Amino acid sequence: MTSTLLVHKPGLHTTVQDLGRHGLQSMGVPVSGALDSTALRIANHLVGNKPTTAALEVLGSGPDLEVKTESVRIAIAGGDARIERLSPNPGRFRTFESFCLQRGDLVRIGAVTDMAMTYLAVEGGFDLPLAMGSFSTYTRGVFGGFKGRALKTDDELSLVLPAAPDRDESLFAERALPGELPIRIIPGPQDDYFSPATLQALVSNEYTVSTTVDRMGMRLQGPPLEHARGFNITSDGTAPGSIQVPGDGLPIVLLADRQTTGGYPKIGCVISADLPTLARLRPGNKIRFVLSTLEQAAEARRDRDNWFAIFRTQIKRTDASGIIDATALQTENLVSGVVGPDDPTDSAR
Amino acid sequence: MVVEFGEEIDLDTSRKVTALHARVTALKLSGITDLVPTFRSLAIHYDPETVNFTKLENKPRSILPDLSVDKFSGRDWSIPACYDLDLSPDLEAVADTCSLSTEQVICLHSSGTYHVYMVGFLPGYPYLGDLAPEIALSRKVTPSLRIPARSIAIAERMTAVYPLESPGGWHVIGRTPMKLFDETATRPALLAPGDRVRFTPIARSEYDHLLQIDDGINSAQPQSNPAT
Repeated sequence: MTSTLLVHKPGLHTTVQDLGRHGLQSMGVPVSGALDSTALRIANHLVGNKPTTAALEVLGSGPDLEVKTESVRIAIAGGDARIERLSPNPGRFRTFESFCLQRGDLVRIGAVTDMAMTYLAVEGGFDLPLAMGSFSTYTRGVFGGFKGRALKTDDELSLVLPAAPDRDESLFAERALPGELPIRIIPGPQDDYFSPATLQALVSNEYTVSTTVDRMGMRLQGPPLEHARGFNITSDGTAPGSIQVPGDGLPIVLLADRQTTGGYPKIGCVISADLPTLARLRPGNKIRFVLSTLEQAAEARRDRDNWFAIFRTQIKRTDASGIIDATALQTENLVSGVVGPDDPTDSAR
Repeated sequence: MVVEFGEEIDLDTSRKVTALHARVTALKLSGITDLVPTFRSLAIHYDPETVNFTKLENKPRSILPDLSVDKFSGRDWSIPACYDLDLSPDLEAVADTCSLSTEQVICLHSSGTYHVYMVGFLPGYPYLGDLAPEIALSRKVTPSLRIPARSIAIAERMTAVYPLESPGGWHVIGRTPMKLFDETATRPALLAPGDRVRFTPIARSEYDHLLQIDDGINSAQPQSNPAT
């Protein structure tokens, strides 16, 4: 018997994503992967998966899924959403904690209320074919993930595990993601296509996320930036977070599905540690930039790793009744912040 | 990290980029996640937790002084091209604008030997140059919403093949039965920077036949003897 999740309703734009497809940009293949890699890693950790395991990226509003296997352990992390078991026993679940569903359960992930997306991880991951080394969906190229596209009604997502292993659930009580505004940027590589005053304007202006935002890029609204040497360059490589300035002067920040090369001058680039923070913003949200350096960008990456190290020690284990397991708490206190080898949430899969 | 060789499109710059790409690839440095050769530069994507910028920067810097540019180190390709009007929505308009006959446009396009400058925009999309100046046109003012996969198109001094269906601003003057991108292949993109490409005109009947028997990339082989 196969183990699947049956899609009753697909949600606005639900795709399978992991940490991306690297090493093929010279062939024009975009990296893709989760827009908010931090939330993806958290969701995976809560169900005991490796950080690289593919999960569902839910943009806007989530799917209705029916469990067609003995049981499955799920965790949703990122933006907040109402998680509801519609039938047979109506009930509610919360983000940032794992829970188990049984065969026949129909669960609804509602609208993401406070940011652009959230992530749904299942213990063991989805049983899908790799496309060029990654499970990430690239819809424009129609490859990766589930048939190279967003989920549709009646899709059946195969699961690796036929049943959820019997153990306590995991909870991240803080229920908050790291990252804050302003977004840090490094100038270049075409900052010489703009006057120093224009670069200054980019970091002093307030921008608004426009409605033109997808997995490729985020167009911003605000005071236009003036080009000093035209707006066409001989195409060169783009980076995740590249800030392109096309002819109208309104910046576009390139995101996960960005083209590998581009012909607009790039005034700067968002540092990688701040990309998840930026990607979470929704149309209408305000955004500010601040100048940073390569050293600060590397430091920010280390800060993020430190955040994860602390995060792992803060995971509480609860039994099925939702009561926090006192023994687990005690164990974590004893080892004062170091995750023990017996921690099921840390077991690499 | 970006290693810049120039700001314009020219063969010499492109060959330097391709040569550096090969040299850096051969070093197999840990921490490099991707290398992207373009018209003018080599983008080096790296993981700052594995290697820092300053340390990495020294590698291309040490290669640059003795970077030798081979005359030709790529592969030679002959790509069948069908210029049938049903498959070439912009061919007549291109001919009109250039005050040429469609036959002359086809002849100019298929008589060129093109250098693969880079692959970008879409998976497997090759930028091929240089196109004959007689048929060099600006991009369309309003891009087409749907250009079919395998369409052969021109813009400025470049020609290309759309590997996938896509919106695009180039003028479509033909179509090939060959698949330029196959995500299941070991080497998903057929063409690589530094390769040389010629378009061989084929009749509509041959196009239809090749499309049937040849599912593209598997039977496509570079020619053994480079045309000189």
